[in-house]
Amino acid sequence: MSSEPYLLPNGRVLRYTFRERLIHWFAGVSYVYLLLTGLAFWSPWLFWLAFVCGGDTVSRELHPWFGVLFTVAVILMYRMWGRDMKETPHDKSWWENIGHYIRNQDELMPSADRFNPGQKLLFWGFFVNGLLLLITGVILWFPQSVPLFLRGLAGIVHAICALLTIGLFIIHVYMGTAMERGAFGSVIRGDVSRAWAAKHHRTWFENIVRDSTSRR
Amino acid sequence: MSQATLEIRRISGHAGSVPGAGFNREYDVCKLIDTTTCIGCKACEVACLEWNGYTFTETTFNNSYQTMPDTAWNYWNLIRFNEYEHPQHGMMLLMRKDQCMHCEEPGCLVACPADGAIVQYANGIVDFQQANCIGCGYCMTGCPFNIPKFSPTARKVFKCTLCSDRVSQGLEPACIKSCPTGCLHFGTKSDMKDLASARAAQLREHSSFPNAGVYDPAGVGGAHVIYVLHDATNPEAYGGLPSNPRIPWTVQLWKKPLKWLGNFAIVAGALGVFAHYLRFGPKTVKEDEAGAEGGKS
Repeated sequence: MSSEPYLLPNGRVLRYTFRERLIHWFAGVSYVYLLLTGLAFWSPWLFWLAFVCGGDTVSRELHPWFGVLFTVAVILMYRMWGRDMKETPHDKSWWENIGHYIRNQDELMPSADRFNPGQKLLFWGFFVNGLLLLITGVILWFPQSVPLFLRGLAGIVHAICALLTIGLFIIHVYMGTAMERGAFGSVIRGDVSRAWAAKHHRTWFENIVRDSTSRR
Repeated sequence: MSQATLEIRRISGHAGSVPGAGFNREYDVCKLIDTTTCIGCKACEVACLEWNGYTFTETTFNNSYQTMPDTAWNYWNLIRFNEYEHPQHGMMLLMRKDQCMHCEEPGCLVACPADGAIVQYANGIVDFQQANCIGCGYCMTGCPFNIPKFSPTARKVFKCTLCSDRVSQGLEPACIKSCPTGCLHFGTKSDMKDLASARAAQLREHSSFPNAGVYDPAGVGGAHVIYVLHDATNPEAYGGLPSNPRIPWTVQLWKKPLKWLGNFAIVAGALGVFAHYLRFGPKTVKEDEAGAEGGKS
């Protein structure tokens, strides 16, 4: 990882490589389709979403297949980011100061590595719930070959896991677009300013700077 | 249904009262299946196929007279044959015509997410509208009688309609029409209940079936198909008729409290982040913080 040229010639910092951005949006697009079609089947008030997503029967046919795609995306993200997402002893103090983070008092926050503990929670939340959604989704996909009780249980677990991911998704989208200025650009164009990197991921930024100077 | 709309309210130039006015007419229909007079001839199975336009498919021989192990998407009516050792009467061959029960509280309808795919008519018939069905199979999970069946070719779910097309025209369902012994009856719910109770009493008093009774499961709010059984204490012996069927608690929880809790949580979450933005605003980065040049953040 450290062999990548993270300090760009234009003075900016490479936050996400092209591969990382591509996989992120592969996961994002498949999740949004799952979300919209899933909400259509969740509530009669949102059934119109099924028509937006291609038609009612089309939505039903494609929802499980997009689930397979999303699973592939989650596996790719795990291989790509799994190491950076590992919990460290340092994370505890970050969570203890979460109040400062919420109130935008970032100068009082302990420094974060490539991903802060909140991002790690998002990642593992999607990973674990994604796994449970896959298992219960397969049961709901082939109801004929599964006992009745298991099917009902799968329906409940599928709904609860989906709701948990929706909670994570709302926070993720809010923070990525409105709250953390510069974050959305990082996952589109890939780069952030040095100031951004130093503010939000100081440990990560310092490691990059150290690596680049030691290589010189 | 059509009878209800054609009930006369006023008559022009008519001396005296409107005939039938003031009477409380019942539109709830009911099919009564008297298992004690069924001979297992399967005329009802054939009539069902003929009226609904399905052809005979391959049958399965499993050492009984039963046509196939279970009903199918294109085989809605199946007589279940079961051997039963009765304490007084010895070996009996129980024959029960199995089909949709047309529950007053239909689990299929509760579980279904597709707008208008399952309807319950005012006469009690629960009918699938395949044009609106998306083939998700939730109805199969909601049904305590394992009735709705998925068609892999149509990608939709099918079941007995209680011949809603015939009933709407004042005809009895095809199975009733074909029954040679008269073990099948069709009429209003209260009439069928009276007939069933009378038959059950007859069985108890004159035919030494002390446990004879009527099967009209309360757990699903009663049904629009009821049975007379020789032994109402043991409906399971009749090819797995559940003794206390109800909509699975998992489906109840999923479709009612969990739904409202989830909707509340989603809306609260969206409002929550909006409120956060109003109160605290975005996290901005001053470009001179790290002494770095270039690029907007």
